[in-house]
Amino acid sequence: MSIGRPALYQRLISRLIGGLGLALLSTTTALAEYGLTFQAPVSPIGERLLDLHNLVLIICAVIFVIVFGAMFYSIFAHRKSRGAKAAKFSHNTTAEVIWTVIPTIILIVMAVPSAKALIDMEDTSNADVTVHITGYQWKWKYEYPTYGVSFISNLSTPRAQIENKEKKGDHYLLEVDNPLVLPVGKKIRFVITADDVIHSWWVPQLAVKKDAIPGYVNETWTTIKTPGTYRGVCAELCGKDHGFMPIVVNAVSAEEFETWASKEKDKHVKAQQAAAAKTTWSKEDLMARGEKVYAANCAACHGPKGEGVAIFPKMAGSKVANGPAAAHIDMVLKGTTKGMPPFGAQLNDADIAAVITFERNAFGNKAGDIVDPAKVKAARK
Amino acid sequence: MSAANGSYYLPSPSPWPAITSAGLFTLALGFILFMNSIAAGPWLMLVGAAVIVYMMIRWFGQVIDESEGGLYNKQVDLSFRWGMGWFIFSEVMFFAAFFGALFYVRQWAVPWLGDTELLWPGYEAVWPTAGPKGPMPISPDTLAPAGSFSPMGAWGIPAINTAILLTSGATVTWAHWGLLKDNRAQLITGLFLTVALGITFLSLQAYEYVHAYTQLGLTFKTGIFGATFFILTGFHGLHVTIGTIMLITVLIRSLKGHFSADHHFGFEAVAWYWHFVDVVWLGLFIFVYWL
Amino acid sequence: MASATAHHDDHPSGIMRWLTTTNHKDIGTLYLWFALIMFFVGGAMSLIIRTELWQPGLQFVNPDFFNQMTTVHALVMVFGVVMPAFTGFANWQIPLMIGAPDMALPRLNNWSFWLLPPAATLLMISLFVPGGGPAAGWTLYAPLSTSGSPGMGMDFTILSVHLLGMSSILGSINIIATILNMRAPGMNLLKMPMFVWSWLITAFLLLAAIPVLAGAVTMLLTDRHFGTTFFNAAGGGDPVLFQHIFWFFGHPEVYILILPAFGVVSQIIPTFARKPLFGYVSMVYATATIAFLSFIVWAHHMYTVGMPLAGNMFFMFATMLIAIPTGVKVFNWVATMWRGSMTFETPMLFAVGTVFTFTMGGLTGIMLSLAPVDTQYHDTYFVVAHFHYTIFGGSVLALMGAAYYWMPKWTGHMYNETLGKWHFWLTVIGFNLTFFPQHFLGLAGMQRRVPDYGLQFVEFNQWSTVGAFLLGISQILLLVVVIKCIKGGKKATTQVWEGAEGLEWTVPSPAPYHTFATPPKIR
Ligand code: HEA
Ligand code: HEA
Ligand code: HEC
Ligand code: CUA
Ligand SMILES: [Cu+2]
Repeated sequence: MSIGRPALYQRLISRLIGGLGLALLSTTTALAEYGLTFQAPVSPIGERLLDLHNLVLIICAVIFVIVFGAMFYSIFAHRKSRGAKAAKFSHNTTAEVIWTVIPTIILIVMAVPSAKALIDMEDTSNADVTVHITGYQWKWKYEYPTYGVSFISNLSTPRAQIENKEKKGDHYLLEVDNPLVLPVGKKIRFVITADDVIHSWWVPQLAVKKDAIPGYVNETWTTIKTPGTYRGVCAELCGKDHGFMPIVVNAVSAEEFETWASKEKDKHVKAQQAAAAKTTWSKEDLMARGEKVYAANCAACHGPKGEGVAIFPKMAGSKVANGPAAAHIDMVLKGTTKGMPPFGAQLNDADIAAVITFERNAFGNKAGDIVDPAKVKAARK
Repeated sequence: MSAANGSYYLPSPSPWPAITSAGLFTLALGFILFMNSIAAGPWLMLVGAAVIVYMMIRWFGQVIDESEGGLYNKQVDLSFRWGMGWFIFSEVMFFAAFFGALFYVRQWAVPWLGDTELLWPGYEAVWPTAGPKGPMPISPDTLAPAGSFSPMGAWGIPAINTAILLTSGATVTWAHWGLLKDNRAQLITGLFLTVALGITFLSLQAYEYVHAYTQLGLTFKTGIFGATFFILTGFHGLHVTIGTIMLITVLIRSLKGHFSADHHFGFEAVAWYWHFVDVVWLGLFIFVYWL
Repeated sequence: MASATAHHDDHPSGIMRWLTTTNHKDIGTLYLWFALIMFFVGGAMSLIIRTELWQPGLQFVNPDFFNQMTTVHALVMVFGVVMPAFTGFANWQIPLMIGAPDMALPRLNNWSFWLLPPAATLLMISLFVPGGGPAAGWTLYAPLSTSGSPGMGMDFTILSVHLLGMSSILGSINIIATILNMRAPGMNLLKMPMFVWSWLITAFLLLAAIPVLAGAVTMLLTDRHFGTTFFNAAGGGDPVLFQHIFWFFGHPEVYILILPAFGVVSQIIPTFARKPLFGYVSMVYATATIAFLSFIVWAHHMYTVGMPLAGNMFFMFATMLIAIPTGVKVFNWVATMWRGSMTFETPMLFAVGTVFTFTMGGLTGIMLSLAPVDTQYHDTYFVVAHFHYTIFGGSVLALMGAAYYWMPKWTGHMYNETLGKWHFWLTVIGFNLTFFPQHFLGLAGMQRRVPDYGLQFVEFNQWSTVGAFLLGISQILLLVVVIKCIKGGKKATTQVWEGAEGLEWTVPSPAPYHTFATPPKIR
């Protein structure tokens, strides 16, 4: 052993500690908005959960300090190099009773408020607004049954940002095309399900996280206190783009919400009327519309250029896209057990007709025919 | 070897475990390929299975020879007993997973589906069921027209099978008494009867399966009822088959004069296994067929 | 011990020795090498994960491959590293500690091991078949693992799990039979070393839990290929059913990973405190209580699936109870050190490190157990931090401590103490650097199992990645120490450690091929 070694140790350790400290400092300042704890809650349950979290965190920290205070004292004081002689004792009933009873009491202290919070979280009665949420690979559908409004919400971060070809925006990966709009001050009930695999709808600031399970519905609720934009994510692994199905909630005043909802409904009704009025579809119409539908719904799996991604088949040269139209319609409407999701419930007849027409005539596919919405409507039965 | 002076028998190096693993690997690989419709699959499975069967004959043959050669003292015997006992425990837990699944869907999942008007309008949750999208159940044991299925009633063949298995449990115990009294005739008759009952059980079960597939519209794919029905009865049937093969082995060994009143772990292990299979059946009879 | 080597040393040499061996020490060695190799494999995968997470955006791997890495990393680490490694220690040490000539069922023992390489091979093949490896997480939740994973990689994984399970079941049977039937005369149950007790209880957990996993993945297989609908609502099944069955296995599984580690710590601390284990009997009862409780808490992984209120309540309370027996163990260790005469050779450092980091993980576990707050923690990096503190900070550190503790007995040489200490400090620093920041990531809202993240998470992720590489590179030291120790080094004495007590320290170092052919006398 050379003499230099302890000095080396010391230098190294002090560097490491210095580095760590700096890191912690810089992080806390850079991330004022997202600190070292929960994002600032905006719902009553959210506040209670933050309080509970702080409570148990402190309790745990205190336990930790006491237990390891004792241990490190012992490590320091009772070491052979300091001449400690080993005692002989090997049990002590009083001590053992104490350290069984005290943790029990601590646990009760944590359990009581937790149980109360849990009961309140499960109580979805007397809601003012109900929203149905459906998870799809990899987007969310929102429906307001009493308002006749429904839309799909997709990630809106451009591919180029994800692939590092462009500078990433402020809300990278936490931005969508159609945010969920909710009124503040009202009790909102969420009815959550999924259509393919399990997803989980999570908005940290609302303190809502509930799994979306295909074939079953789950309920939960929240009341938002302050207007604002709250961002969340899908929290349950749901396949390739699990990291790319965010949630954005726009909380607005009750009046604003009402006007927004009636405008949306109007838009919806008009679109439907237009679709119903339009009985003849030209190939160009369908192709143009289909291209958009494809990019929004299909490109994630089948590739923006129909080239396929990982296990998902190519559209270019696909047997189905070049075969009989009926099988193609069936595939898109009903999906398969091998991973192709059913789009019957997500897209309307015109969209499905358009995307099928598009697939049959794009990417070098040469089916040549067009599929109009009437055919899709017929196939639904 | 050293067993003579009462110490523990330590087998010398053995090739059989590694060969078994190689066989299992081949079998598993073949099975995967088979499930994914790759032509080589079934052939690989055949090779793997052949290796395993060959190895079993050799490995168990060696164990039997050692046992008959007097190498196993009381302590070795006890190790085998602990081993077999805990093995059966693990089998119990294997079945517990499927029974658990059955209880869960009956108690919770299906009623929940019945309450989920939003997704499954009009679905009525009554057991038996093949789920909201499955065929409709009709009364037990009636021929099922398209779009419906009929569950297996408890009081036909299943009840007979219950009687058969319970009797076989008795006959194997009777054989055991014979062995303990050194009454070889009783031992052999008892075993023979047990094997015969086992085979009868399996034949009836096979008949029942054919009936279910061809006439009741009840298959592995018949929703949750078909799935739980066939996975439980299927794995049970597999265990009866294994048990019967083991019983036949023990019968042959008895005919050869193996086993003595105070050294017959092989016999007892099989008897235990058989009783275990018996008890599982009772659970099946009650929860799958009857209630 | 001379008489011990008298009979059948006629074992073949070369590869055939290892393929055919029935010797508990050979088999223990096989298990340990297997685990060490898999540790590097699983670790390399975690480094791929951490590399992708160095920056937001997709840089190195595509999302599907990322998910495969997460899944296989976890499966390899759990089934290929921690479980085999502890089984390796069980093989080596249990016969030595209870004065038995070998394991109770030596041929079966060989088979238990030789099921592992085929299983690992299946798992590795899965990464190279069309469609790639399993990408549904190690929890294999349906329907992502059924209709959501069309490739055959998932089938390879399922069959691999079957083989791994068989191995564990057979191994446990052997361990139970050995402990119950092979103890030297006079070694009654309450004289057994704590490591042996821990393994007895762990083996029981394995026997009860693993077959349930086998059942669960069997149902996945039939749902995938034979048209059943266990986990499909259209046919009357339920995806959540899979979760219940999985976690009925999965929770006991985490105690399968930690109880042997508790056993190791309970051996090492008394040795280096030169003082008997405090509260031996309560340690035994605490371990048994943990094992019992582990079977009634599984749904604490499922607080967000929408269980009825009563269910959430029950599982919350039951889970919290586990803190009590676990606390008893922690306090007993501290009390063992109290007023001892301690030295800090590498095994002791690792043991103390285990207690320290495991307790941190345990305390975050208690936070997770509170169902309402778990709404915010669930499926975030807070959970990832929790379980790496318990698994790496608990099980893996204990494994390393055990290796240093018993290596001199196996090789007959002392390992290099300086390198050992370096290894310890680098590991602990790297480990904390990797996983401590993940707590904050989780609290601030970063979900698990994503290859990409928002800009607010950059810095902590970078610290974590730096830590992971430091941690990874430090493990090369472990390899160096082990190889050096096998090749040579200071001769180890029979006793090896000044404060060591127990039968394993009465046989020479290195331990002869056959030991205790005639049972030792127990005081
Ligand atoms: C070795 C493995 C191991 C161990 C030992 C533990 C131990 C514990 N775990 Fe952990 N856990 C995992 C591995 C482990 N866990 C894994 C792998 C997952 C994630 C799986 C996945 O989803 O992929 C997980 C996830 C997990 C969850 C689910 C989180 C979620 O997904 O939302 C929960 C929730 O309750 C939990 C709780 C606990 C508790 C209460 C303990 C307790 O046993 C801890 C007890 C210990 C102590 C409490 C410390 C010592 C005690 C004292 C000093 C006494 C005083 C203390 C008090 C009074 C509080 N764990
Ligand atoms: C025994 C269990 C165990 C162990 C030991 C580890 C060890 C490690 N784990 Fe793992 N992990 C799990 C069990 C384990 N993990 C589980 C169960 C999951 C959940 C999976 C899921 O979500 O489904 C998980 C998930 C998981 C994630 C989250 C992934 C995600 O959510 O997408 C991360 C991310 O940081 C991670 C990191 C690490 C790291 C850095 C280590 C390190 O400790 C590893 C250190 C070791 C090495 C690095 C290997 C040694 C060195 C080399 C290979 C040489 C390298 C050479 C050079 C660098 C030159 N693990
Ligand atoms: C979640 C991923 C996913 C999305 C999104 C998706 N598909 Fe698919 N698709 C698949 C998979 C997987 C298959 C293969 C299914 C099979 O073989 O059973 C498939 C198959 C197909 C096929 C048959 C290809 C062939 O040659 O066999 C067509 C046509 C198709 N999809 C059209 C679409 C359309 C149109 C959309 C969008 C509206 C879409 N898909 C969106 C996963 C997806
Ligand atoms: Cu949807 Cu994750
Ligand atoms: Cu758990």
